[in-house]
Amino acid sequence: MDQIRLKTLDYSLFYGEFRALNRINLEIPSNRITAFIGPSGCGKSTLLRSFNRMNELIPGVRTEGSVQLDGGDIFREDVVSLRKRVGMVFQKPNPFPKSIFDNVAYGPRIHGVRNRSRLAEIAEESLSRAALWDEVKDQLHKSAMALSGGQQQRLCIARAIAVKPEVILMDEPASALDPVATVKIEELMNSLKKNYTIVIVTHNMQQAARVSDFTAFLLTDENRAGNVIEFGPTDRIFTSPTDRRTEDYITGRFG
Amino acid sequence: MGRKQYQQDLQELKARMTSMAEIVRKNLRDSVRCLESRDMEGADLVIRSDEQVNHVCWDIEEHCIRLIATQQPVAGDLRFIFSVLQITNEMERIGDYAKGIARISRKIGNEPLVKPLVDISRMADIASCMLEDALKAFYENDGRTAAEIPARDIQIDMLFRQVHRELLTFVMEQPANMEQCILLEWVAHNLERVGDRAINICERVLFTVTGEVVDFN
Repeated sequence: MDQIRLKTLDYSLFYGEFRALNRINLEIPSNRITAFIGPSGCGKSTLLRSFNRMNELIPGVRTEGSVQLDGGDIFREDVVSLRKRVGMVFQKPNPFPKSIFDNVAYGPRIHGVRNRSRLAEIAEESLSRAALWDEVKDQLHKSAMALSGGQQQRLCIARAIAVKPEVILMDEPASALDPVATVKIEELMNSLKKNYTIVIVTHNMQQAARVSDFTAFLLTDENRAGNVIEFGPTDRIFTSPTDRRTEDYITGRFG
Repeated sequence: MGRKQYQQDLQELKARMTSMAEIVRKNLRDSVRCLESRDMEGADLVIRSDEQVNHVCWDIEEHCIRLIATQQPVAGDLRFIFSVLQITNEMERIGDYAKGIARISRKIGNEPLVKPLVDISRMADIASCMLEDALKAFYENDGRTAAEIPARDIQIDMLFRQVHRELLTFVMEQPANMEQCILLEWVAHNLERVGDRAINICERVLFTVTGEVVDFN
């Protein structure tokens, strides 16, 4: 049995009066890749952003129920320390307009690392884990903006892991990349799960099937609130889903 | 309902399978009928027709591979396509058994039969019915029927043992009958195998409907 890293208990999220997520109960296993799939507007990105409290940046957001990281309520934790533990990679690569080195050193510096050689170590380790080191080791002080899209995305992953998070959230991390760069990101995710718990939102069903160990299928109900319809091992979801709605969605009959 | 072309392709697959099944079932019935009625021309037709069965089988395989490569089927669709491949393979082998019986017919030629083919004919009827019903269950996604069909194989096995005993006594009575008795034993053996293949199809139907792998044998 896998250890549970993240857990939601009757978790609901409201944008003002509108309930966007409805009583979500999920257990996300440690050191595994969990994919959220579902049609546009089903709440999968909202759920993903709940894990590092990114939704709080939106005015009028309110939540019910709880979200736990290693058994502790994330809403009781300091948000800066929570985001150190739960890193995020976005759909479009968003490196800072700084050097490659400064991008990776940014997080550790915020968290108080000042020693130059320590920062260099962290940069090498993070860039290596993000499978980018060999490509950039001779140009660490070049602008990150000069990298290709795929390299930029791997840099963002390196930046996320530089602060040694436990969880990495990925919101469509490969949707802006070409197939070659996509394969690299997918391979990278696979090697990263040894050290991190990964949660990914993807519209690409085949990507979910290829990379994830567990899949959650979300769908809106008659009130347009997002619900988890089915959650289970990815190979089971993609061969024998138990809910008709999951079957219809993944076989392309709707959505 | 999305993916119109894909849905049409899946229907097309079903249609091709139906036409293959019709040929196979006809060949099976004809092979035994020709043996009974000593119809050499009919036996030749069965032998030649098996070529057609093989072609349809390859055609279905190609269709499945193309669907997997281009449409990335999952869940029920994936199980359906995988089962089509397996069932097609089972039918191809049943086709071979029919061809084998037709060849034996040719081999026995005009020599009179040591006995009227009562039990062999009954075996053929049951096996053919099992095959027909198993395929019907597949087309109708009917797991319940598929689970009931395998029990009928007991009758085929009983008849097979009966035929075997009977042929043994013919050989003991008249060793000159040995060659034909061995050939008829082969016919019965082929029909016994058809029953087993029909059971394999039933297992595939259940897998298609529920995703579970069961062993009815």
